[in-house]
Amino acid sequence: MSKLQESLLELVRRTSAELPEDVVSAIEASRAHEEEGGAGAYALRVISDNIALAKTASAPLCQDTGSILFFVHAPAGLDQIAFREAAEVAVRTATEKGWLRQNSVDPVTGANPGTNVGPGSPYLHFDQWREDAVEVKLMLKGGGCENVGAQYALPDTRLGAGRDLAGVRRCVLDAVFQAQGKGCGPGILGVCVGGDRATGYEASKLQLLRPLGDRNPDPTLDELERTLVSEANRLGIGPMGFGGATTLLGCKVGLLNRLPASYFVSISYMCWAYRRQGVRLDGKEGIAAWLY
Amino acid sequence: MIALSAPFTQDKVRALKVGDMVNITGTLYTGRDAFHKYLHDGGEPPVPLRDQIIYHCGPVVVREGDQWKVRAAGPTTSIREEPYQGDILRKFGVRGVIGKGGMGPKTLEALRECGAVYMHAVGGAAQVLARCVTRVAGVYLLEELGSPEAVWALEVEDFPVVITMDAHGHSLHDEVQSRSRMALDGIL
Repeated sequence: MSKLQESLLELVRRTSAELPEDVVSAIEASRAHEEEGGAGAYALRVISDNIALAKTASAPLCQDTGSILFFVHAPAGLDQIAFREAAEVAVRTATEKGWLRQNSVDPVTGANPGTNVGPGSPYLHFDQWREDAVEVKLMLKGGGCENVGAQYALPDTRLGAGRDLAGVRRCVLDAVFQAQGKGCGPGILGVCVGGDRATGYEASKLQLLRPLGDRNPDPTLDELERTLVSEANRLGIGPMGFGGATTLLGCKVGLLNRLPASYFVSISYMCWAYRRQGVRLDGKEGIAAWLY
Repeated sequence: MIALSAPFTQDKVRALKVGDMVNITGTLYTGRDAFHKYLHDGGEPPVPLRDQIIYHCGPVVVREGDQWKVRAAGPTTSIREEPYQGDILRKFGVRGVIGKGGMGPKTLEALRECGAVYMHAVGGAAQVLARCVTRVAGVYLLEELGSPEAVWALEVEDFPVVITMDAHGHSLHDEVQSRSRMALDGIL
């Protein structure tokens, strides 16, 4: 294996087996809010045990490998074709080693090549930047939570949601209500206001790359994020939908310009098994630092 | 914490109620989409299902020497089996179903009628649940349905679940949904 392939393989292994520290802390902190002896507290205890076991055993913490999404920041001149090939080798190898489930299926024939490599898998998102280093973030997003994502076009008469932040709030709370426990909560929301149907959903996933404890630099959105988490947690849906105080661990909101004719609100729901890690590569494509 | 051990009799199962946290010890039979369709289309169960528990799960199982080993064994979304589950409960006398996300009114009615329960395992907790499997006692329909869809007989010890639909017509999913609807209306 090349050094880059090795580095990406280690990124895949660790993402599959170890939740990042910010997510583990948020889950541990939420345990204090659940009623002792209740089903919500019980679900969080099992979740917590599972996180520890997977890390120790270096085994997939969830059986659903999910979508394999790489986000790359690199200086101009990075050979994206070679990088994509290295990512595919890493994914193939991780699947052989059992760190990823054979999870990528042809939608018409149902054929599963067993490699996780095929159209759209893995997905790579490249951005150039002015820095010298290459940063690679990886997210594994399971199917259960992806199924409860939602996109709204405002105005929405059913929700009484107009084209303003009050309307956005109604959409987000509706999405949390509709999801109930089906997205394997407590969940984390990535939200994009604006954009089109494709860019809106993509930007909502990019919001999930933000550390849980960060603050939105836009004070209006920062307040909206806090309000949404606190209101969602008053719904009582709780861990796994068993009822309880912790329905959301976080909510991150970003903006894209919209067309005068459109006003989309795109919401990606991430399950508690929030598998996201990242690395900064050194000059020889080894791992210089972990990002989360 | 309530211990539920085989044999899974109707009396034991009728005593369970929504919200109970239960540790199961005994044998679970995995069955997901292909197996439910197979039974619904008139297929014969490869083992008697009377007083047994069906687990909605496509486990990751590997062969080590002459033994099967379970590597991951979390629940899959149950609602996909809603068209079949009620009939299967009635026809074969299944005593319990384990999955995630809950099921609908047809299943709830069949649970009440037959004296059976729906049990929710924690979604995503693949490692905790795999470690409760002490032995793979057998596998059925492996060639016909493929590994994730096959019927795996998993011997489990203290397998943790929450009763979310009981034999008395109660559904925690319905309760949480209507409570959260009221809370949402209050907030808006």
